[in-house]
Amino acid sequence: MGFATRLVSVLVLLAGWQVAASAAGSRLLPAPLAILGFIARESATGDLWWNVGITLTRVGISFLLAMTLGVLLGIALGRSRRLNLVLDTPLLILLNTPALVITVLAYIWVGLNEAAAIVAVVLNKLPNVAVILREGARGLDPQLEEMARTYRFDRRTWIAHVLVPQLQPFAVAAARSGLSLAWKIVLVIELLGRPNGVGFAINYYFVQSLNVAAILGYSLVFMSVMIAIDILILQRLEAYVRRWR
Amino acid sequence: MSDAGAEGRVRPEPEGAALRVEIARKVYGAGGPEPVEAVRGLAFSVIAGEITCLIGPSGAGKTTTLRILLGLDPDYEGRVSPHPDEAGIAMAFQEPRLLPWRTVEQNVRLALPRGARGQDLDALFGSLGLSPWRSRYPGALSLGMARRVSLARALAQKPRILILDEPFVSLDDTSAASLRGLVVDAVARTGMGVLMVTHNVAEAIEIADRLLLVSGRPASLLGTIPLEVSRGERDRAWIEAQRAALAVRFPSVIAG
Repeated sequence: MGFATRLVSVLVLLAGWQVAASAAGSRLLPAPLAILGFIARESATGDLWWNVGITLTRVGISFLLAMTLGVLLGIALGRSRRLNLVLDTPLLILLNTPALVITVLAYIWVGLNEAAAIVAVVLNKLPNVAVILREGARGLDPQLEEMARTYRFDRRTWIAHVLVPQLQPFAVAAARSGLSLAWKIVLVIELLGRPNGVGFAINYYFVQSLNVAAILGYSLVFMSVMIAIDILILQRLEAYVRRWR
Repeated sequence: MSDAGAEGRVRPEPEGAALRVEIARKVYGAGGPEPVEAVRGLAFSVIAGEITCLIGPSGAGKTTTLRILLGLDPDYEGRVSPHPDEAGIAMAFQEPRLLPWRTVEQNVRLALPRGARGQDLDALFGSLGLSPWRSRYPGALSLGMARRVSLARALAQKPRILILDEPFVSLDDTSAASLRGLVVDAVARTGMGVLMVTHNVAEAIEIADRLLLVSGRPASLLGTIPLEVSRGERDRAWIEAQRAALAVRFPSVIAG
Protein backbone atom coordinates (compact mmCIF):
# COMPACT_ATOMS: atom_id res chain seq x y z
CA MET A 1 0.00 0.00 0.00
CA GLY A 2 2.73 2.45 1.01
CA PHE A 3 4.79 1.45 -2.00
CA ALA A 4 1.81 1.86 -4.37
CA THR A 5 1.17 5.38 -3.05
CA ARG A 6 4.81 6.31 -3.57
CA LEU A 7 4.75 4.89 -7.10
CA VAL A 8 1.57 6.78 -8.02
CA SER A 9 3.02 10.02 -6.64
CA VAL A 10 6.19 9.62 -8.78
CA LEU A 11 4.19 8.70 -11.91
CA VAL A 12 1.89 11.72 -11.51
CA LEU A 13 4.94 13.96 -11.09
CA LEU A 14 6.57 12.53 -14.23
CA ALA A 15 3.36 12.83 -16.29
CA GLY A 16 2.86 16.45 -15.19
CA TRP A 17 6.45 17.21 -16.09
CA GLN A 18 6.12 15.59 -19.52
CA VAL A 19 2.95 17.60 -20.24
CA ALA A 20 4.49 20.89 -19.05
CA ALA A 21 7.63 20.28 -21.12
CA SER A 22 5.63 19.55 -24.31
CA ALA A 23 3.56 22.67 -23.75
CA ALA A 24 6.62 24.87 -23.17
CA GLY A 25 8.54 23.37 -26.08
CA SER A 26 11.81 24.89 -24.78
CA ARG A 27 15.19 23.18 -24.42
CA LEU A 28 15.45 24.90 -21.02
CA LEU A 29 12.68 22.59 -19.76
CA PRO A 30 13.47 19.21 -21.28
CA ALA A 31 10.94 16.39 -21.00
CA PRO A 32 11.73 13.30 -18.89
CA LEU A 33 12.18 11.28 -22.10
CA ALA A 34 14.76 13.78 -23.39
CA ILE A 35 16.72 13.34 -20.16
CA LEU A 36 16.54 9.56 -20.48
CA GLY A 37 17.87 9.93 -24.03
CA PHE A 38 20.82 11.96 -22.80
CA ILE A 39 21.57 9.42 -20.04
CA ALA A 40 21.55 6.62 -22.63
CA ARG A 41 23.90 8.47 -25.02
CA GLU A 42 26.29 9.67 -22.28
CA SER A 43 26.31 6.21 -20.80
CA ALA A 44 27.14 4.65 -24.20
CA THR A 45 30.24 6.87 -24.61
CA GLY A 46 31.36 5.87 -21.10
CA ASP A 47 31.63 9.49 -19.93
CA LEU A 48 28.70 9.19 -17.52
CA TRP A 49 30.09 6.20 -15.60
CA TRP A 50 33.61 7.59 -15.63
CA ASN A 51 32.45 10.84 -14.02
CA VAL A 52 30.10 9.11 -11.59
CA GLY A 53 32.90 6.71 -10.63
CA ILE A 54 35.35 9.55 -9.99
CA THR A 55 32.85 11.41 -7.82
CA LEU A 56 31.90 8.26 -5.92
CA THR A 57 35.57 7.61 -5.18
CA ARG A 58 36.01 11.13 -3.83
CA VAL A 59 32.84 10.80 -1.72
CA GLY A 60 33.95 7.39 -0.44
CA ILE A 61 37.46 8.41 0.59
CA SER A 62 36.44 11.68 2.23
CA PHE A 63 33.43 10.05 3.90
CA LEU A 64 35.56 7.33 5.48
CA LEU A 65 38.20 9.83 6.60
CA ALA A 66 35.66 12.23 8.04
CA MET A 67 33.77 9.44 9.82
CA THR A 68 36.91 7.92 11.35
CA LEU A 69 38.37 11.23 12.53
CA GLY A 70 34.97 12.62 13.54
CA VAL A 71 34.03 9.57 15.62
CA LEU A 72 37.39 9.56 17.44
CA LEU A 73 37.27 13.31 18.03
CA GLY A 74 33.64 13.17 19.17
CA ILE A 75 34.34 10.41 21.70
CA ALA A 76 37.38 12.29 23.03
CA LEU A 77 35.33 15.50 23.37
CA GLY A 78 32.48 13.70 25.10
CA ARG A 79 34.78 11.97 27.57
CA SER A 80 37.16 14.83 28.41
CA ARG A 81 35.79 18.07 29.80
CA ARG A 82 39.11 19.86 29.30
CA LEU A 83 39.58 18.84 25.66
CA ASN A 84 36.01 19.94 25.00
CA LEU A 85 36.71 23.36 26.51
CA VAL A 86 39.79 23.73 24.31
CA LEU A 87 38.18 22.60 21.06
CA ASP A 88 34.56 23.68 21.44
CA THR A 89 35.03 27.18 19.98
CA PRO A 90 37.17 26.14 16.99
CA LEU A 91 34.59 23.45 16.27
CA LEU A 92 31.78 26.00 16.43
CA ILE A 93 33.65 28.25 13.99
CA LEU A 94 34.30 25.39 11.59
CA LEU A 95 30.67 24.27 11.88
CA ASN A 96 29.50 27.72 10.80
CA THR A 97 32.03 28.35 8.03
CA PRO A 98 30.30 28.06 4.64
CA ALA A 99 31.35 25.02 2.63
CA LEU A 100 32.30 27.34 -0.21
CA VAL A 101 34.78 29.28 1.95
CA ILE A 102 36.45 26.10 3.24
CA THR A 103 36.71 24.79 -0.32
CA VAL A 104 38.19 27.95 -1.81
CA LEU A 105 40.71 28.25 1.05
CA ALA A 106 41.69 24.58 0.68
CA TYR A 107 42.39 25.10 -3.03
CA ILE A 108 44.39 28.27 -2.31
CA TRP A 109 46.44 26.84 0.56
CA VAL A 110 46.86 23.21 -0.49
CA GLY A 111 46.78 23.73 -4.25
CA LEU A 112 44.42 22.83 -7.06
CA ASN A 113 44.75 19.09 -6.55
CA GLU A 114 43.04 15.96 -5.32
CA ALA A 115 44.40 16.31 -1.77
CA ALA A 116 42.86 19.76 -1.42
CA ALA A 117 39.49 18.42 -2.59
CA ILE A 118 39.54 15.62 -0.02
CA VAL A 119 40.71 17.96 2.77
CA ALA A 120 37.88 20.35 1.94
CA VAL A 121 35.19 17.66 2.18
CA VAL A 122 36.63 16.23 5.38
CA LEU A 123 36.80 19.67 7.04
CA ASN A 124 33.21 20.36 6.01
CA LYS A 125 31.84 17.12 7.37
CA LEU A 126 34.05 16.30 10.35
CA PRO A 127 32.52 18.86 12.77
CA ASN A 128 29.02 17.45 12.25
CA VAL A 129 30.17 13.92 12.94
CA ALA A 130 32.16 15.02 15.99
CA VAL A 131 29.25 16.97 17.46
CA ILE A 132 26.81 14.07 17.04
CA LEU A 133 29.26 11.56 18.56
CA ARG A 134 30.06 13.96 21.39
CA GLU A 135 26.41 13.85 22.42
CA GLY A 136 26.59 10.06 22.35
CA ALA A 137 29.75 9.87 24.43
CA ARG A 138 28.31 12.33 26.98
CA GLY A 139 25.18 10.28 27.43
CA LEU A 140 26.86 7.01 28.41
CA ASP A 141 24.76 5.23 31.03
CA PRO A 142 26.47 5.77 34.43
CA GLN A 143 24.73 2.71 35.89
CA LEU A 144 26.28 0.45 33.25
CA GLU A 145 29.67 2.10 33.85
CA GLU A 146 29.40 1.23 37.54
CA MET A 147 28.34 -2.31 36.68
CA ALA A 148 31.30 -2.69 34.32
CA ARG A 149 33.68 -1.46 37.01
CA THR A 150 32.14 -3.72 39.65
CA TYR A 151 32.58 -6.76 37.42
CA ARG A 152 36.04 -5.54 36.40
CA PHE A 153 35.42 -5.57 32.67
CA ASP A 154 38.76 -5.37 30.88
CA ARG A 155 39.29 -2.57 28.38
CA ARG A 156 38.52 -4.62 25.28
CA THR A 157 35.29 -5.96 26.75
CA TRP A 158 34.24 -2.49 27.85
CA ILE A 159 34.87 -0.97 24.41
CA ALA A 160 33.19 -3.76 22.46
CA HIS A 161 30.18 -4.43 24.68
CA VAL A 162 29.56 -1.26 26.70
CA LEU A 163 30.95 1.74 24.79
CA VAL A 164 30.44 0.89 21.11
CA PRO A 165 26.82 -0.34 21.39
CA GLN A 166 25.87 2.93 23.08
CA LEU A 167 27.55 4.97 20.33
CA GLN A 168 26.31 2.92 17.37
CA PRO A 169 22.98 4.75 16.90
CA PHE A 170 24.82 8.07 16.92
CA ALA A 171 27.44 6.82 14.46
CA VAL A 172 24.78 5.55 12.05
CA ALA A 173 22.85 8.84 12.29
CA ALA A 174 26.09 10.73 11.62
CA ALA A 175 26.87 8.45 8.67
CA ARG A 176 23.47 8.92 7.06
CA SER A 177 23.34 12.69 7.40
CA GLY A 178 27.07 12.85 6.63
CA LEU A 179 26.85 10.92 3.39
CA SER A 180 24.21 13.18 1.90
CA LEU A 181 26.20 16.21 3.05
CA ALA A 182 29.46 14.83 1.66
CA TRP A 183 28.25 14.17 -1.87
CA LYS A 184 26.64 17.59 -2.21
CA ILE A 185 29.90 19.23 -1.12
CA VAL A 186 31.95 17.05 -3.45
CA LEU A 187 29.94 18.35 -6.43
CA VAL A 188 30.72 21.97 -5.44
CA ILE A 189 34.38 21.13 -4.98
CA GLU A 190 34.53 19.48 -8.41
CA LEU A 191 32.81 22.45 -9.97
CA LEU A 192 35.35 24.81 -8.44
CA GLY A 193 38.58 23.06 -9.20
CA ARG A 194 38.59 19.52 -10.60
CA PRO A 195 38.85 18.46 -14.27
CA ASN A 196 36.44 15.51 -13.90
CA GLY A 197 33.55 14.16 -11.85
CA VAL A 198 29.80 14.85 -11.80
CA GLY A 199 30.26 18.40 -10.49
CA PHE A 200 32.68 19.16 -13.32
CA ALA A 201 30.32 17.69 -15.95
CA ILE A 202 27.36 19.71 -14.69
CA ASN A 203 29.41 22.90 -14.80
CA TYR A 204 30.67 22.00 -18.28
CA TYR A 205 27.17 21.61 -19.72
CA PHE A 206 26.05 24.77 -17.91
CA VAL A 207 28.85 27.00 -19.23
CA GLN A 208 29.27 25.43 -22.67
CA SER A 209 25.73 24.93 -23.86
CA LEU A 210 23.14 25.52 -21.17
CA ASN A 211 22.21 21.86 -21.74
CA VAL A 212 19.56 21.36 -19.03
CA ALA A 213 18.90 17.75 -20.08
CA ALA A 214 22.55 16.95 -19.36
CA ILE A 215 22.52 18.77 -16.03
CA LEU A 216 19.37 16.97 -14.87
CA GLY A 217 20.56 13.68 -16.32
CA TYR A 218 23.81 13.75 -14.32
CA SER A 219 22.00 14.82 -11.15
CA LEU A 220 19.39 12.10 -11.46
CA VAL A 221 21.91 9.33 -11.99
CA PHE A 222 24.08 10.43 -9.11
CA MET A 223 21.12 10.98 -6.77
CA SER A 224 19.89 7.49 -7.60
CA VAL A 225 23.27 6.00 -6.76
CA MET A 226 23.42 7.81 -3.40
CA ILE A 227 19.83 6.89 -2.49
CA ALA A 228 20.60 3.27 -3.38
CA ILE A 229 23.63 3.33 -1.07
CA ASP A 230 21.50 4.79 1.73
CA ILE A 231 18.76 2.18 1.34
CA LEU A 232 20.91 -0.85 0.58
CA ILE A 233 23.70 -0.23 3.08
CA LEU A 234 23.01 2.47 5.67
CA GLN A 235 19.36 1.74 6.42
CA ARG A 236 20.15 -1.96 6.80
CA LEU A 237 23.02 -1.07 9.11
CA GLU A 238 20.63 1.02 11.16
CA ALA A 239 18.13 -1.82 11.43
CA TYR A 240 20.94 -4.16 12.48
CA VAL A 241 22.16 -1.76 15.15
CA ARG A 242 18.65 -1.47 16.61
CA ARG A 243 17.82 -5.17 16.44
CA TRP A 244 17.75 -5.67 20.21
CA ARG A 245 15.11 -2.99 20.83
CA MET B 1 31.48 11.46 69.19
CA SER B 2 30.95 7.92 68.05
CA ASP B 3 33.76 5.51 68.66
CA ALA B 4 32.17 2.54 66.96
CA GLY B 5 34.85 2.70 64.25
CA ALA B 6 37.68 2.64 66.78
CA GLU B 7 36.00 -0.18 68.67
CA GLY B 8 35.71 -2.15 65.43
CA ARG B 9 39.41 -1.89 64.84
CA VAL B 10 40.49 -3.41 68.18
CA ARG B 11 37.89 -6.17 68.18
CA PRO B 12 39.32 -9.48 66.96
CA GLU B 13 38.18 -10.69 63.53
CA PRO B 14 34.86 -12.51 63.92
CA GLU B 15 35.02 -16.17 63.09
CA GLY B 16 34.37 -16.87 59.42
CA ALA B 17 34.43 -13.19 58.41
CA ALA B 18 34.64 -13.21 54.62
CA LEU B 19 34.70 -9.44 54.52
CA ARG B 20 35.42 -6.85 57.17
CA VAL B 21 34.31 -3.29 56.53
CA GLU B 22 35.42 -0.39 58.72
CA ILE B 23 34.47 3.08 57.59
CA ALA B 24 35.64 5.63 60.15
CA ARG B 25 34.45 8.58 58.07
CA LYS B 26 33.21 9.37 54.62
CA VAL B 27 32.67 13.01 53.68
CA TYR B 28 31.39 14.29 50.36
CA GLY B 29 32.73 17.63 49.18
CA ALA B 30 35.46 17.71 51.85
CA GLY B 31 37.21 21.08 51.81
CA GLY B 32 34.30 22.58 49.88
CA PRO B 33 31.77 25.10 51.18
CA GLU B 34 29.24 22.50 52.33
CA PRO B 35 30.85 19.17 53.16
CA VAL B 36 28.34 16.40 53.87
CA GLU B 37 29.32 13.64 56.27
CA ALA B 38 27.70 10.49 54.89
CA VAL B 39 29.17 7.81 57.16
CA ARG B 40 30.74 7.95 60.61
CA GLY B 41 31.95 4.90 62.44
CA LEU B 42 30.29 2.09 60.53
CA ALA B 43 31.98 -1.27 61.04
CA PHE B 44 30.63 -4.71 60.31
CA SER B 45 31.53 -8.11 58.87
CA VAL B 46 29.99 -10.31 56.26
CA ILE B 47 30.28 -13.90 57.40
CA ALA B 48 30.58 -16.93 55.13
CA GLY B 49 27.37 -18.94 54.86
CA GLU B 50 25.30 -16.18 56.44
CA ILE B 51 22.78 -13.67 55.18
CA THR B 52 23.35 -10.27 56.73
CA CYS B 53 20.77 -7.55 56.19
CA LEU B 54 21.64 -3.88 56.42
CA ILE B 55 18.60 -1.80 57.37
CA GLY B 56 18.40 1.94 57.67
CA PRO B 57 16.41 4.99 56.64
CA SER B 58 16.70 6.08 53.03
CA GLY B 59 19.46 8.54 52.27
CA ALA B 60 21.43 7.13 55.18
CA GLY B 61 24.58 6.35 53.22
CA LYS B 62 23.84 2.72 52.43
CA THR B 63 24.67 3.22 48.77
CA THR B 64 27.84 5.04 49.81
CA THR B 65 28.78 2.08 51.97
CA LEU B 66 28.18 -0.37 49.11
CA ARG B 67 30.27 1.71 46.72
CA ILE B 68 33.13 1.71 49.22
CA LEU B 69 33.11 -2.03 49.80
CA LEU B 70 32.89 -2.68 46.05
CA GLY B 71 36.05 -0.63 45.60
CA LEU B 72 34.25 1.99 43.49
CA ASP B 73 35.01 4.82 45.91
CA PRO B 74 38.52 4.87 47.40
CA ASP B 75 38.08 8.30 48.99
CA TYR B 76 37.19 7.51 52.63
CA GLU B 77 38.81 6.96 56.02
CA GLY B 78 38.90 3.35 57.08
CA ARG B 79 39.53 0.03 55.43
CA VAL B 80 37.97 -2.95 53.76
CA SER B 81 39.69 -6.29 54.17
CA PRO B 82 40.40 -8.22 52.14
CA HIS B 83 40.79 -5.48 49.51
CA PRO B 84 37.68 -5.37 47.25
CA ASP B 85 39.80 -6.51 44.29
CA GLU B 86 40.70 -9.74 46.12
CA ALA B 87 37.60 -10.36 48.22
CA GLY B 88 35.64 -12.24 45.53
CA ILE B 89 32.66 -9.90 45.63
CA ALA B 90 29.78 -10.05 43.18
CA MET B 91 26.94 -7.58 43.13
CA ALA B 92 23.30 -7.61 42.10
CA PHE B 93 22.17 -4.02 41.72
CA GLN B 94 18.69 -2.78 42.49
CA GLU B 95 18.05 -2.11 38.80
CA PRO B 96 19.27 -5.21 36.96
CA ARG B 97 21.80 -3.17 34.91
CA LEU B 98 21.98 -5.66 32.07
CA LEU B 99 23.46 -4.73 28.70
CA PRO B 100 20.26 -4.38 26.65
CA TRP B 101 22.12 -5.06 23.36
CA ARG B 102 23.45 -8.43 24.50
CA THR B 103 21.48 -11.59 25.14
CA VAL B 104 20.79 -12.98 28.59
CA GLU B 105 23.55 -15.55 28.14
CA GLN B 106 26.07 -13.01 26.81
CA ASN B 107 25.31 -10.73 29.77
CA VAL B 108 26.28 -13.51 32.17
CA ARG B 109 29.36 -14.64 30.22
CA LEU B 110 30.78 -11.18 29.50
CA ALA B 111 31.00 -10.41 33.22
CA LEU B 112 33.32 -13.40 33.66
CA PRO B 113 37.09 -13.14 33.22
CA ARG B 114 38.03 -13.82 29.59
CA GLY B 115 39.34 -17.35 30.29
CA ALA B 116 36.22 -18.44 32.15
CA ARG B 117 33.64 -17.32 29.59
CA GLY B 118 33.37 -20.63 27.81
CA GLN B 119 32.36 -22.65 30.87
CA ASP B 120 29.24 -24.75 31.10
CA LEU B 121 26.44 -22.64 32.59
CA ASP B 122 23.55 -25.06 32.00
CA ALA B 123 23.17 -25.87 35.69
CA LEU B 124 23.19 -22.21 36.70
CA PHE B 125 20.60 -21.15 34.13
CA GLY B 126 18.54 -24.23 34.97
CA SER B 127 18.55 -23.57 38.72
CA LEU B 128 17.33 -20.00 38.15
CA GLY B 129 14.64 -21.04 35.66
CA LEU B 130 16.37 -19.08 32.90
CA SER B 131 17.06 -21.88 30.40
CA PRO B 132 14.31 -20.82 27.92
CA TRP B 133 15.48 -17.20 28.07
CA ARG B 134 19.20 -17.62 27.33
CA SER B 135 19.13 -16.23 23.81
CA ARG B 136 16.59 -13.46 24.46
CA TYR B 137 17.44 -9.79 24.86
CA PRO B 138 16.82 -8.22 28.30
CA GLY B 139 14.13 -5.93 26.83
CA ALA B 140 11.90 -8.99 26.44
CA LEU B 141 12.08 -9.84 30.17
CA SER B 142 9.88 -8.83 33.08
CA LEU B 143 11.59 -7.06 35.98
CA GLY B 144 11.53 -10.28 38.01
CA MET B 145 13.22 -12.22 35.18
CA ALA B 146 15.76 -9.46 34.62
CA ARG B 147 16.62 -9.58 38.35
CA ARG B 148 17.17 -13.34 37.99
CA VAL B 149 19.60 -12.69 35.14
CA SER B 150 21.35 -10.13 37.29
CA LEU B 151 21.56 -12.76 40.05
CA ALA B 152 22.82 -15.34 37.53
CA ARG B 153 25.54 -12.92 36.44
CA ALA B 154 26.61 -12.52 40.08
CA LEU B 155 26.44 -16.25 40.92
CA ALA B 156 28.41 -17.20 37.77
CA GLN B 157 31.37 -15.44 39.39
CA LYS B 158 31.30 -18.09 42.14
CA PRO B 159 31.66 -15.23 44.62
CA ARG B 160 32.71 -15.55 48.25
CA ILE B 161 30.56 -12.49 48.95
CA LEU B 162 27.30 -11.60 47.27
CA ILE B 163 25.98 -8.08 47.68
CA LEU B 164 22.29 -7.43 47.02
CA ASP B 165 20.89 -3.91 46.89
CA GLU B 166 17.12 -3.92 47.42
CA PRO B 167 16.88 -7.01 45.24
CA PHE B 168 13.17 -7.71 45.73
CA VAL B 169 11.75 -4.20 45.60
CA SER B 170 8.87 -3.53 43.14
CA LEU B 171 8.29 -7.22 42.48
CA ASP B 172 4.95 -8.91 43.05
CA ASP B 173 4.81 -11.21 46.09
CA THR B 174 5.24 -14.43 44.11
CA SER B 175 8.26 -13.23 42.14
CA ALA B 176 9.83 -11.76 45.27
CA ALA B 177 9.29 -15.00 47.21
CA SER B 178 10.76 -17.18 44.47
CA LEU B 179 13.80 -14.89 44.06
CA ARG B 180 14.29 -14.91 47.86
CA GLY B 181 14.15 -18.70 47.76
CA LEU B 182 16.84 -18.76 45.06
CA VAL B 183 19.16 -16.60 47.16
CA VAL B 184 18.63 -18.72 50.28
CA ASP B 185 19.30 -21.91 48.29
CA ALA B 186 22.45 -20.46 46.75
CA VAL B 187 23.81 -19.56 50.20
CA ALA B 188 23.11 -23.05 51.50
CA ARG B 189 24.73 -24.64 48.43
CA THR B 190 27.86 -22.49 48.09
CA GLY B 191 28.54 -21.23 51.60
CA MET B 192 29.05 -17.69 50.36
CA GLY B 193 28.32 -14.71 52.57
CA VAL B 194 25.46 -12.42 51.57
CA LEU B 195 25.06 -8.76 52.43
CA MET B 196 21.65 -7.46 51.55
CA VAL B 197 20.56 -3.85 51.79
CA THR B 198 16.83 -3.41 52.25
CA HIS B 199 14.04 -1.16 53.47
CA ASN B 200 11.71 -4.05 54.00
CA VAL B 201 12.10 -5.03 57.66
CA ALA B 202 9.72 -8.01 57.53
CA GLU B 203 11.58 -9.41 54.54
CA ALA B 204 14.91 -8.97 56.33
CA ILE B 205 13.61 -10.72 59.45
CA GLU B 206 12.32 -13.55 57.28
CA ILE B 207 15.64 -14.46 55.64
CA ALA B 208 18.52 -12.88 57.56
CA ASP B 209 20.90 -14.53 60.00
CA ARG B 210 21.85 -11.12 61.33
CA LEU B 211 20.41 -7.63 61.07
CA LEU B 212 22.59 -4.55 61.03
CA LEU B 213 20.65 -1.44 61.98
CA VAL B 214 22.10 1.79 60.67
CA SER B 215 21.25 5.34 61.75
CA GLY B 216 20.34 8.28 59.53
CA ARG B 217 23.10 10.44 58.08
CA PRO B 218 25.87 10.28 59.02
CA ALA B 219 25.39 6.52 58.96
CA SER B 220 26.67 4.65 61.99
CA LEU B 221 25.91 1.23 63.39
CA LEU B 222 23.07 1.28 65.96
CA GLY B 223 22.97 -2.41 66.66
CA THR B 224 23.59 -5.95 65.48
CA ILE B 225 20.71 -8.35 65.99
CA PRO B 226 21.35 -12.07 65.48
CA LEU B 227 18.26 -14.10 64.54
CA GLU B 228 18.79 -17.55 65.99
CA VAL B 229 15.55 -19.24 64.91
CA SER B 230 16.12 -21.28 61.75
CA ARG B 231 14.53 -19.91 58.60
CA GLY B 232 12.07 -22.78 58.25
CA GLU B 233 10.50 -22.07 61.63
CA ARG B 234 9.89 -18.36 61.14
CA ASP B 235 6.18 -17.82 60.66
CA ARG B 236 4.24 -14.63 60.13
CA ALA B 237 3.48 -14.14 63.83
CA TRP B 238 7.12 -14.58 64.84
CA ILE B 239 8.29 -12.13 62.19
CA GLU B 240 5.71 -9.56 63.28
CA ALA B 241 6.70 -9.96 66.96
CA GLN B 242 10.37 -9.44 66.10
CA ARG B 243 9.52 -6.39 64.07
CA ALA B 244 7.43 -4.87 66.85
CA ALA B 245 10.19 -5.49 69.39
CA LEU B 246 12.75 -3.82 67.12
CA ALA B 247 10.43 -0.87 66.53
CA VAL B 248 10.44 -0.25 70.30
CA ARG B 249 14.22 -0.53 70.59
CA PHE B 250 15.08 1.42 67.42
CA PRO B 251 12.22 3.85 66.75
CA SER B 252 14.42 6.03 64.52
CA VAL B 253 15.01 3.18 62.06
CA ILE B 254 11.93 1.00 62.25
CA ALA B 255 8.45 2.47 62.24
CA GLY B 256 6.17 1.04 64.92
